[in-house]
Amino acid sequence: MAQENLNPTAPADDHDEARRTFLKQTSVLTALALTPGPVVQAAAAQWDEKVAAAFEKVPLKLDINGKKYRLQVEPRTTLLDLLREQLHLTGTKKGCDYGQCGACTVHVDGQRVNSCLTLAVMQDGRKVTTIEGLAEGDKLHPMQEAFIKHDGFQCGYCTPGQIMSAVACIREGHANSEGEIREYMSGNICRCGAYPNIVAAIQEVKNGGQKV
Amino acid sequence: MNQFQYVRPTKQKAAIEALARDANAQFIAGGTNLLDLMKRGVMQPQKLVDINRLPLNKIERMDGGIRIGALALNSAVAEDQLVQQQLPLLAQALNAGASAQLRNMATVGGNMLQRTRCHYFYDTALPCNKREPGSGCGALEGINRMHAIFGFSDKCIAVHPSDMSVALAALDATVLVSGPKGERRIAFLDFHRLPGDTPQKDTNLEQGELVVAVEVPENAFPKNVHYLKVRERASYAFALVSVAAALQLDGNTIKAARLAMGGVAHKPWRLTEAEAALVGKPATEETFRQAAAVAMQGAKAFKHNAYKLKLAPNSIVQALKNAAGLA
Repeated sequence: MAQENLNPTAPADDHDEARRTFLKQTSVLTALALTPGPVVQAAAAQWDEKVAAAFEKVPLKLDINGKKYRLQVEPRTTLLDLLREQLHLTGTKKGCDYGQCGACTVHVDGQRVNSCLTLAVMQDGRKVTTIEGLAEGDKLHPMQEAFIKHDGFQCGYCTPGQIMSAVACIREGHANSEGEIREYMSGNICRCGAYPNIVAAIQEVKNGGQKV
Repeated sequence: MNQFQYVRPTKQKAAIEALARDANAQFIAGGTNLLDLMKRGVMQPQKLVDINRLPLNKIERMDGGIRIGALALNSAVAEDQLVQQQLPLLAQALNAGASAQLRNMATVGGNMLQRTRCHYFYDTALPCNKREPGSGCGALEGINRMHAIFGFSDKCIAVHPSDMSVALAALDATVLVSGPKGERRIAFLDFHRLPGDTPQKDTNLEQGELVVAVEVPENAFPKNVHYLKVRERASYAFALVSVAAALQLDGNTIKAARLAMGGVAHKPWRLTEAEAALVGKPATEETFRQAAAVAMQGAKAFKHNAYKLKLAPNSIVQALKNAAGLA
């Protein structure tokens, strides 16, 4: 998992990891067990015509970090709450919950978005990438490596959002100067003030020419 | 967040019908403002009609201009080649708004329909005629640093927060809407309204009407434009004052001009008299100062926003200098 490797000096907390894995597995299994596949598919097919009552759960298909999920969610569940509370992908952080801080940044179909300001049901059928999906096995993403090298964080709470945004910033072609990086990273607030180091990390990855 | 019914039509007619039947229903597109307001209890729709599956996101040439679908994302419009070439003022205004993440979510229609960021509107413990008609305006005698200097009433002194709308107001755009009674076009300057006695109504849209597209006519402003946004920090904040400026120059003589301001009124504030004061004059700071003075006629400040009486004309001059290449 990426988050343990972000700090190579700290051993992974096996107990906590086991607990998270258990929760993840059970939540997915529960969702699938409660709702037979054909029912989910049938419900999804008729969805256009159907109004979901206030308390009714809605079928939802998502690809998250390359894994396919078939879920049932309350319409008012944000993508952020789905990731953290139902799927226990807790790498994505809840900072302000109002789209003002960027800690919840994930990629949806390759585009960076604030997962706190979109409903999970609105993303039906889309491909979501979170910080957990950035590394390849034990190999960190170049941006993760660069954040470690340049000390791009102190408390680390904004870091998953910063890294997801930084990767998108380069992919979008908006990392051509310090000024441009600062402007296009302005949706990610770092209260520790690690900005100069974050900019340095992005510049290194950009100038290194690695595929992000 | 309150619980609500959720429906996701794929046809425009079904979306309009879903809303027309229910006064407590809202369309949701990007959701960046509506969900923010719902989490705070400022808005509590009983039904959300998700319009993201409607085919309304095209940006295309039309006879006499460019048509931008209501569901085109702010980022998509700002990065669009046609927009960058022919409507650079709009691209600049879009890029001055929000953050890269929010621009990837927010739509053109939603941007126009976003609500004021007045703190009294957002705080359900405080009075606000826009949120709760008849409860009073907290800002009038309260903290009114961010508030209007033009067009306000004793019921509401809030400002409209959109940057994109300021550029569209300057560029004489038209809003195409569709509703239970059919389609109609609304001039952009008539789309948003002044608060008067009914500040709860931000726009002249009728119940059940859906913004389908914005049409921007061909114009003489492919260059010599500038969107200036003055904020309390360098980026990712709402405007204290913003100015959309466009000039058509013949040598050093101004042949045509478009000017509009944001952060100063309940709607994008078009400055037609100041535009007239520019035409035929040389593009100099002196000319721009005179036009700014015309623009500021009738401005009135409250206790905490008197700074806007200086900031606004200075911003107009600076935006025009940037547009003319004098800065």
